[in-house]
Amino acid sequence: MKVTLTLNGQEAAVEVPPWRRLLDVLRDDLSLTGTKEGCGEGECGACTVLLDGEPVNSCLVAAGQCDGRAVTTVEGLATHRRGEEILHAVQRQLVACGGAQCGICTPGIAVCAAHLLERGLGAPGDGANDGASDGAGVGAQAALPLAGKSEAEARAAVRELLAGNICRCTGYQLVVEAVLAAAREVADGDAGATGRPS
Amino acid sequence: MVQAPPAPWIGASLPRVDGISKVTGRARYLDDLPAAGAWHGATVRSDIAHGVLEALDFDPAFDWSSVVVVTAADIAAQGGHNVIRLIQDDQPALVPVGGKVMHAHEPLALVAAPSRALARAAAAAVRPRIQPLPAVLSAKDALAGSVALHGTDNVFKSFLIRKGHREDAELERALASAALVIEGEYTTSPQEQMYIEPQAMMSSWHDGRCHIVGSMQCPYYVHKAMKTLLACKDDEVVISQSVTGGGFGGKEEYPSMIAAHAALLARKAGRAVKLVYDRDEDIAATTKRHPAWIRHRLGVDASGEPVAIDVDVVMDGGAYLTLSQVVLSRGVLHAAGPYRCPVVRVRGRVVATNHPPHGAFRGFGAPQTTFAYERQMDKLARARGEDPLALRKRLALRSGDTTATGQALTFSVGTDAVLAAIERAAGPPPQRAGRSLAGSPLRRGRGVCFYFHGAGFTGSGEARLAGRAAVAVVLPSGAEAASAAPVRFEVRSSSTDIGQGSITMFSQIAAASLGCDPQLVRVIDPTTDKVPDSGPTVASRTCMVVGRVVEQACRTLRGRLEAWRAARGPAAESLSLPEVAAAMARELASDGKELVELVQYEPPPGIVWDDDSYTGSAYPVYGWAACLVDVAVDLDTYEVSVLRCVQAVDVGKAINPVIVRGQIEGGTLQALGWALIENVIYKDGKVANANMTNCIVPTFADAPELETVLVEEPYPYGPGGAKGVGEIPMDGPAAAVANAVEDALGCAFDSLPISPEKIATALRQASARSDGKAGVP
Repeated sequence: MKVTLTLNGQEAAVEVPPWRRLLDVLRDDLSLTGTKEGCGEGECGACTVLLDGEPVNSCLVAAGQCDGRAVTTVEGLATHRRGEEILHAVQRQLVACGGAQCGICTPGIAVCAAHLLERGLGAPGDGANDGASDGAGVGAQAALPLAGKSEAEARAAVRELLAGNICRCTGYQLVVEAVLAAAREVADGDAGATGRPS
Repeated sequence: MVQAPPAPWIGASLPRVDGISKVTGRARYLDDLPAAGAWHGATVRSDIAHGVLEALDFDPAFDWSSVVVVTAADIAAQGGHNVIRLIQDDQPALVPVGGKVMHAHEPLALVAAPSRALARAAAAAVRPRIQPLPAVLSAKDALAGSVALHGTDNVFKSFLIRKGHREDAELERALASAALVIEGEYTTSPQEQMYIEPQAMMSSWHDGRCHIVGSMQCPYYVHKAMKTLLACKDDEVVISQSVTGGGFGGKEEYPSMIAAHAALLARKAGRAVKLVYDRDEDIAATTKRHPAWIRHRLGVDASGEPVAIDVDVVMDGGAYLTLSQVVLSRGVLHAAGPYRCPVVRVRGRVVATNHPPHGAFRGFGAPQTTFAYERQMDKLARARGEDPLALRKRLALRSGDTTATGQALTFSVGTDAVLAAIERAAGPPPQRAGRSLAGSPLRRGRGVCFYFHGAGFTGSGEARLAGRAAVAVVLPSGAEAASAAPVRFEVRSSSTDIGQGSITMFSQIAAASLGCDPQLVRVIDPTTDKVPDSGPTVASRTCMVVGRVVEQACRTLRGRLEAWRAARGPAAESLSLPEVAAAMARELASDGKELVELVQYEPPPGIVWDDDSYTGSAYPVYGWAACLVDVAVDLDTYEVSVLRCVQAVDVGKAINPVIVRGQIEGGTLQALGWALIENVIYKDGKVANANMTNCIVPTFADAPELETVLVEEPYPYGPGGAKGVGEIPMDGPAAAVANAVEDALGCAFDSLPISPEKIATALRQASARSDGKAGVP
């Protein structure tokens, strides 16, 4: 079957059996090896990609389900300007905070965390939706998972949101710090509206 | 002359050298490497634990012309020896027809095919015929000896440590004199390393050599094993480490097996062959932490001063020796704990069973014995009504004290600092009773523990190993040369970065020792024809031992550069160190020589160890740590949540504090997982939970906030004062969790993992006992 994708913003077409795993299409047919296989059964999250903007375990998605849809992989997180690579805020903070060790789970975590930032995370202590807790001024901002939260609540929220990605090296602490640092950058307007450089 | 700035690189949290390649997905792990034309391998395994391989039947319906099959016969046909060389030559690469199958999941034959799917289909079309034999499926059965797997008693190896007595009767007299004897029996479960990159290896034969690249900790272990298996000379086999997605000990010895299989398939197929394990195969077939059974007696006098400690350690080694005797050694050497005691006996045995061989896993025997002695200390505190932290402060080893093997501690003993750090961090204990968000009743409790971990190889191991590393000055070549690029200082060692950050730390150590920018340092990938044998990447030795060698090599090189500059008078005075290096390297190059400094490890003075009596300096230095854990037990579900976990660890000197924190926190969470949820279940010798759905490890949501305190009691013989840190965080937290659960519930948990089932049973029994008591008038 011919499967056409918008892959990291560009059109791509492959001729593959419809049941081939999206993971294998990306790695074997499209040579994008940034997406990793850790378990092949949707437990570890190393193969996380965005399908139409939502995170999925690409080991559990069949190529036939993806025709005409948009796929974002770790290779699509950074942007390039005049030949220079500009990392996504999450990527930058994972390096800066020590949130990547062996690195095999990192692409999945980076994709998932980038998705959270792009959907809108807010930042702890951020007063943007303080009103929401008073039952007033509930708007789009009110749904931001971290906004208005204490530091501890925000950390717990990040842990819940990333619970589909297993890391065996870090104990998660420095990854949580990296994601919160990226969320603060976005909230402060230092990293664009979503963390993705525009 | 331009003076080098003072070296700020030791103690700086520089970003990881390989960080950007990892966050962008550009880092190439084995399965990511381009492999045009490579075939895929698959392994045919035994599905029973013990038997005789009578035949391998090949399904006639399968088209065997499209694949390559390798059996044990192919090894001998090429003059090789069918053995994975390690400590003893007892483990075959493939069980030969007519030979004994010693464990479930044991490799019997190999296939390779153009696609993974076809390779798997071919493996499934090979039908082993195995005549079953009675199997030994626990250490206790092995000791009972009704089936002999090894010698007459099934004991692979035993150790005996005696301190302060010559005969058992003296020990018994000391215990009999005690005012109080705490007696306990402890069991720990097998644990899967669960690196997220499954084992993977690729081989090809070209240029008259066998090339193997893969995910591994110890290129020279693989090199040694391949020379025997393939009947190759030193330079006929080249081993390279690819970017490795975690190891934790799991990629210490088993990669030699996978390398063997890939090499055999590649030789027969006449092309590159890739062997990448599925997760289920990886969990089932590769090594796990040794399950242990430990009995411990601790006698104290009326003032609470220890008079005697007696420990008996039994570990299940599995079907082959592999590394078990070394694991047991480390286990017994830590078994008496970091406490003073005049009379100590530790007996250890590792026995043969029909389980897949157990092997290296972070901590390497010490977590098992640490769990036992720190439960004992807690029971002593409870029995005496003494504060558990105060008890540890009172009894802990300090500088001037001697260990169980009679080693006098003279430097880098972080006892007081780590205990004080825990005391400072402690705060009020959690409120005993409460309710969960879901409304379940909770009981909360607090546990502490204190422990140590010997860094580097045991006893005279490092002297025997004589690890080497080199630093070379590499002149810019090609386009670099034209752009007047500076020289590069190339660090060559066989230490592998498996996520622990050795590349970054070596860069910092080299830059500090040379007095140059870390950007000028390149730590090259370990490939056996390009790097000397620095020893394996194990035993918390990479930074402390190999880092020290790198430091020495760089210092020596710097001395040579400075002498060269001085000899050239005023004209050379203004040259920077890299400029001097370039000039000197060019001068040597014109004679066809390389500017390189190769250094061999020199153990610190005063390290004397006697293997026969098991006395002396068991390790050159120890890391020291204390841990505090608060837990909540849900009385509806019997789940334990860790509310708080503080670890204070004496690391000597943190070369890169963020990387060191990452090491400690990662090890801590593995220990919390081992304490509460991680377990490998054997059924008839087979792994019954060989997948990540059932063989679980902690997720983001399971993990507590981890609080880490770095304590620095410098080690005079480590780079910048650093000592080993990789394993120590794994040793202690499980006992702290068990101590906290006992504090919460009032019943003892001496068997890991502390599962909801065990808690339910213990609470039922406790309530039955108290009902019984209530019934007594």
